[in-house]
Amino acid sequence: MADILSNEGKQLLLGNEAITRGLIEAGVGFASTYPGTPSSEIGNNLEALADKAGMYFEFSVNEKVALEVSAAAAASGVRSFVFMKHVGLNVAADPMMTLAYSGVRGGMLILTADDPSAHSSQNEQDNRYFSQLGLLPMMEPSTPAEAKEMIRYAYEVSEKLTLPLIFRTTTRVNHARGIVTMREPVGMVPRGRFEKDTPRFVNIPAHARPNRVRLLALMEEAKAVSESSPYNFIEGSGETGIITSGVAYTYVKEFVSGASVLKLGFTNPLPERKIADFIRGKKRIIVVEELDPFLEDQVLRVCAQNGLDVPVFGKRSGHLPRAWEYNPDVIGRLSSVADVMEHPVPLAPADILLPGRPPALCAGCPHRGMYAATKKAVGGRDVIYCSDIGCYTLGIQAPFNAADYIICMGGGAGAAGGFSETTDQKPIAFLGDSTFFHSGIPPLISAKFNGHRIVMVILDNRTTAMTGHQPNPGTGRDFGGRKTEPLDIEAVVRGIGVDYLETVDPYDVKRSAEVMKAALECDGIAVVISKCPCPLELKKLKQLEAKHCRVDQSKCVRCYTCLRMIACPALVKEDGRVSVDETQCMGCGMCANVCPKRAIEVIR
Amino acid sequence: MKYTVQIVGVGGQGVLMASLVLGNAAMKAGYQVAMSEVHGMAQRGGSVLSTLRMGDDVASPLEAAGGADLIMGFEPVETCRNLPLANRDTGIIMNLDPVYPSMVAAGFEEYPEVDDVIASVRRRTSNLMTIEATNIALRAGSAVAANAVMIGAVAAIRGFPLSKELLKETLLETVPGKAVDLNSSAFDMGYEDMMSKN
Repeated sequence: MADILSNEGKQLLLGNEAITRGLIEAGVGFASTYPGTPSSEIGNNLEALADKAGMYFEFSVNEKVALEVSAAAAASGVRSFVFMKHVGLNVAADPMMTLAYSGVRGGMLILTADDPSAHSSQNEQDNRYFSQLGLLPMMEPSTPAEAKEMIRYAYEVSEKLTLPLIFRTTTRVNHARGIVTMREPVGMVPRGRFEKDTPRFVNIPAHARPNRVRLLALMEEAKAVSESSPYNFIEGSGETGIITSGVAYTYVKEFVSGASVLKLGFTNPLPERKIADFIRGKKRIIVVEELDPFLEDQVLRVCAQNGLDVPVFGKRSGHLPRAWEYNPDVIGRLSSVADVMEHPVPLAPADILLPGRPPALCAGCPHRGMYAATKKAVGGRDVIYCSDIGCYTLGIQAPFNAADYIICMGGGAGAAGGFSETTDQKPIAFLGDSTFFHSGIPPLISAKFNGHRIVMVILDNRTTAMTGHQPNPGTGRDFGGRKTEPLDIEAVVRGIGVDYLETVDPYDVKRSAEVMKAALECDGIAVVISKCPCPLELKKLKQLEAKHCRVDQSKCVRCYTCLRMIACPALVKEDGRVSVDETQCMGCGMCANVCPKRAIEVIR
Repeated sequence: MKYTVQIVGVGGQGVLMASLVLGNAAMKAGYQVAMSEVHGMAQRGGSVLSTLRMGDDVASPLEAAGGADLIMGFEPVETCRNLPLANRDTGIIMNLDPVYPSMVAAGFEEYPEVDDVIASVRRRTSNLMTIEATNIALRAGSAVAANAVMIGAVAAIRGFPLSKELLKETLLETVPGKAVDLNSSAFDMGYEDMMSKN
């Protein structure tokens, strides 16, 4: 329904659609990403329409490369945009920290989509600190509409300061929806030229030293920009002053009354003079921000430096939490220091036992087959399941329970090497095809180099599934008028030279289990590639063959092997009888493969 | 005026589509709209919650516990699970067609009797209205139109700030062309069903 290419009218847009529109209106010529929730839909939107807007867009192999390609575009005078989830910026931090020393010519935004409450993440780190660590200007929108408008302004700031700007969003901005007014785009410069300037763009120590001084001077200039920015504004009046940013502003705006609110959109460097002037004469100050006391600690410093003796309430005073996202109920905790709206009394929770509904591997998910095969092959062996970031993380659930250690993208494969050297347990590293390319190859090479004894299982489902089915190097790209060849994972692994290598079809659980047994017995590096396309992706591409499974009740002996091994959501047990829910079944036949009585058949 | 709808269900039931229809209708009616959706990992067969807030001056994409004016429950257990989003005056529409969680389907957990779910909700509130949306959708032509049935039912709720005509028009603009007739009759049947109970 959203028409992101439209230049007029109002639309109800998802934050990530509004951001995509903001790029078009700001004349961005180059965009890159590695997909990560809550930023993923920006990539899906650009995959579909970047070329129609005259913009180049790519899914890079990881966030580090995504930042580097965008940096080069901006160095050549083209406005560029790199975006990722919060933990992606850890991967991209290396180039970002030195890019700050060189700066940019065309404007460049680095979007980090933070995930308070870790809805789809392994942590809830507060990436606003990267702006201080890297000495970069930063802006934070509160709503989809503001995000779109702010992008155009942020490019002007980035070009004025010749620095990349961190554009920090959170889940409740990316995945909020609001009314957005479309505007005419500014002119775009799709191609540029890199004018060489060695002292600026080559940070050998002799250049890095003066460049740091230059960067510090630019951040002084940035202070002046922040002081006069229209995105740092005051609303309302009262003896109580509230300083807030991001989505927390919307909760303050609606649920607190009788206060003067300083809403900060330009949050590094802070407009310290404006903050001091705001505080002066107030009876109390409240700082409302999600996660860490980034603003609050700086407000306390501003108070100290300006001799302002005003009580500051927030996280340091114990009124507001540092963990998890805020909502209107959290704002209620300020009732002792502010005039907070009261909400109706909620109904009590239900008094009957309700079954849980955690996210789970889908019906027909090939990962189910590989996990079932692994469990069978492992038997009583003492193993450590080193898992990773992707759909297959859901192997943590029963009946697989196949996740003992997870850190980050590619982290399972690295950890496996450490376990192999320090324990007598056999480490098995699971990672997806996209994760293998992202950061799974270096740990495999390191294992080879150091002689670790590990099993690596590459769950190649021919897509980056968890984030919404983006292409990856293993699939090749075919969008934006450009088609590239898929990269063969098996050939890559063979090139590294491992001791055991086999590719299996995970729907053939029996054969996969035999291969896993051989891999476990290998006294070196064993790699098993579980290759089978994600059925959801096939369905989307209209390539899924119509078939389903059926249980022949005359043959079924109710041993429940299918349920215990595969536990597919399409298998239903009622009154002891197992049947197939045809609305969910993909007809993959994993259950038929493990049935000892051949009681399940696949109907085409 | 401010009005909050909490739409609860299971990924794949059309919760996001329904919230998009209500949101667009609210925009057309001239209201401010602030919504929040669940995407990503939390979606994979898991519980889904979509918050829709409309009114003269709304900004927050989230609502306080107990702050809902209406709960649109696509699934019995999910409706029951989310009772604390409601207060004693909140209207609750509950679709009676269960979607079994995978652990229930595999026989590892129990799904309560739907009558017990209804009784449990009624012990908390007298404002429950039930509907068999999937059955009605099947009569309209296909189970996939269950969310159109639910939107029709919402149109029949007393005090709902958007008109039946506006909701239906927005729904039919949202669905693919070949599904317009199906959704049109599903909407009408959902509306009639709820009118008879309201």
